[in-house]
Amino acid sequence: MAMITADPKDVPQVESFSFTPEYMAKVEEQIAHYPPGRQASAVIAVLDLAQRQQGWLPRAAMNEVARILDMAPIRVYEIATFYTMFQLRPKGKYLLQVCTTTPCWLRGSDAVMKACQHAADGEIFSVQEVECLGACVNAPVVQVNDDFYEDLDEASIKKVLDAFRRGETPKPGPQVDRQTSAPEGGLTTLKGE
Amino acid sequence: MLGDKDRIFTNLYGAQDWRLAGARARGAWDNTKAILDKGVDWIIDEMKKSGLRGRGGAGFPTGMKWSFMPKEVKDRPHYLVVNADESEPGTCKDRDIMRHDPHLLIEGCLVAGFAMRAHAGYIYVRGEFYNEAQHLIAAIKEAYDAGLLGKNACGSGWDFDLYVHRGAGAYICGEETALLESLEGKKGMPRLKPPFPAGAGLYGCPTTVNNVESIAVAPTILRRGAAWFAGIGRPNNTGTKLFCISGHVNRPCNVEEEMGIPLRELIERHCGGVRGGWDNLLAVIPGGASVPLLPKSICDTVLMDFDSLRDQRSGLGTAAVIVMDKSTDVVKAIARLSYFYKHESCGQCTPCREGTGWMWRVMERMVTGNARLEEIDALEDVTKQVEGHTICALGDAAAWPIQGLIRHFRPEMERRIRARTEKLAAE
Repeated sequence: MAMITADPKDVPQVESFSFTPEYMAKVEEQIAHYPPGRQASAVIAVLDLAQRQQGWLPRAAMNEVARILDMAPIRVYEIATFYTMFQLRPKGKYLLQVCTTTPCWLRGSDAVMKACQHAADGEIFSVQEVECLGACVNAPVVQVNDDFYEDLDEASIKKVLDAFRRGETPKPGPQVDRQTSAPEGGLTTLKGE
Repeated sequence: MLGDKDRIFTNLYGAQDWRLAGARARGAWDNTKAILDKGVDWIIDEMKKSGLRGRGGAGFPTGMKWSFMPKEVKDRPHYLVVNADESEPGTCKDRDIMRHDPHLLIEGCLVAGFAMRAHAGYIYVRGEFYNEAQHLIAAIKEAYDAGLLGKNACGSGWDFDLYVHRGAGAYICGEETALLESLEGKKGMPRLKPPFPAGAGLYGCPTTVNNVESIAVAPTILRRGAAWFAGIGRPNNTGTKLFCISGHVNRPCNVEEEMGIPLRELIERHCGGVRGGWDNLLAVIPGGASVPLLPKSICDTVLMDFDSLRDQRSGLGTAAVIVMDKSTDVVKAIARLSYFYKHESCGQCTPCREGTGWMWRVMERMVTGNARLEEIDALEDVTKQVEGHTICALGDAAAWPIQGLIRHFRPEMERRIRARTEKLAAE
């Protein structure tokens, strides 16, 4: 269980937050997924949209989400602090979420973590240790914003980070020669015979 | 050995088109109306006969679960909820279904929703699977556009709406009642059972929660017949299963195999064997992080199914096989899992909230041998006090890996404690 506050004292708060018309349309689309009166079901989705618009989730955005969904603000703060994907402080352009749970650790996530920590400057890169990302047969894994970079080692994560630093978007997925979760070096099933 | 003709997930690796045209070419959505026309009782009976046991970890018979829904819809609507909050360490099979064969899941949702008299379904996808959710959303849109979902789905006369609901990072939401809380816009804290979801689930309405794989295999079972599925595997452990093999094998991978395949054959046939050869094997966690590990002596012969692994005091769980070779610090490997459970405890029940932290701190000391020998017994005792004393199974899941470690690697734990004691005495 993590101890997190909705209002970290060392974070510069923003005065106000409102959704752009483009984002507001997405908010309404999410609310429409649920029966009338059950709009609170959309709270994770709407907080996620706020975070995507702002880059992180300031208290003002949580208050706006509470207003839109007709929820008590505390109920929204509870959500924002319970779920680990909500970023309650500003972060770098690329958030490196390094999985270090046992399946990744067995295949060398320590070295990958070290490389990411070395790169983290708070502006281009922020780094976070995360629990199992659910791509264990492609371990070690780092999630960069929405994309998974897989089958990493120290050299390949450095290559990925260098590419980001140059402003490129390296190809997500396995960083070795391999079709997604298939065994490297040749199929053992589904060979189309 | 299972042949490709008996595989359900024929686009497991995404080599082919995942969209509707590709899915149709592989046989999905083939006259789904004919399945629905056979009626609710036929569908549930056929699912029961197939012997399918839930693929999310607990192994509860799927057909029986569907039959628990009320026989008539009264004042409250029925809901289907699909658990795609795949977060059990070692497990990454539902991810492949969603990104490479989403239409199998969507068709399964229609069939399952119809069988439980639900007009709406929600697929709860873990938040980190952003791209996987996008595939699913695009595939659902294709299905609506083709008349396969929505009003009069597939021309069956049944209306069925399906939505994707993304989570935001919380392992506990894989527990079905925590998932329902989360779906209602609350913190993912499990509910006391009873009432069970079939009586009072989402919004207090009758609800059934199924794993992605359980739902995705249903249309193929109904199309090819229960006897076909039941003929694969072993009695009470039937069918095909997605296995995820990670850790110290030469070629980690996902693969669909027959239930009851020997563990050794699974690893040697599909993963190029254990790194350094079979004799270099130390231990295997056979069913995701929550189940006790097995030492090599058991791995030599054990079969990969619910009953065989239960007989070895472990479990099939999600069929996520985590392999550790002899270079592994096995105490540290389990201590890392203890940290995982401490991190993921929702904090609702005292034995779990306090126990997971306590167990992790003691496990960290066990890694370096900074403990007294009798503390191994104390640790085991605490695992027994957490196990079975919490609302949900997360407490059990935190206890079992440690119990497995003590059961099979107690001499190694004692060796570390003695070595440290001797080293300190010598200084």
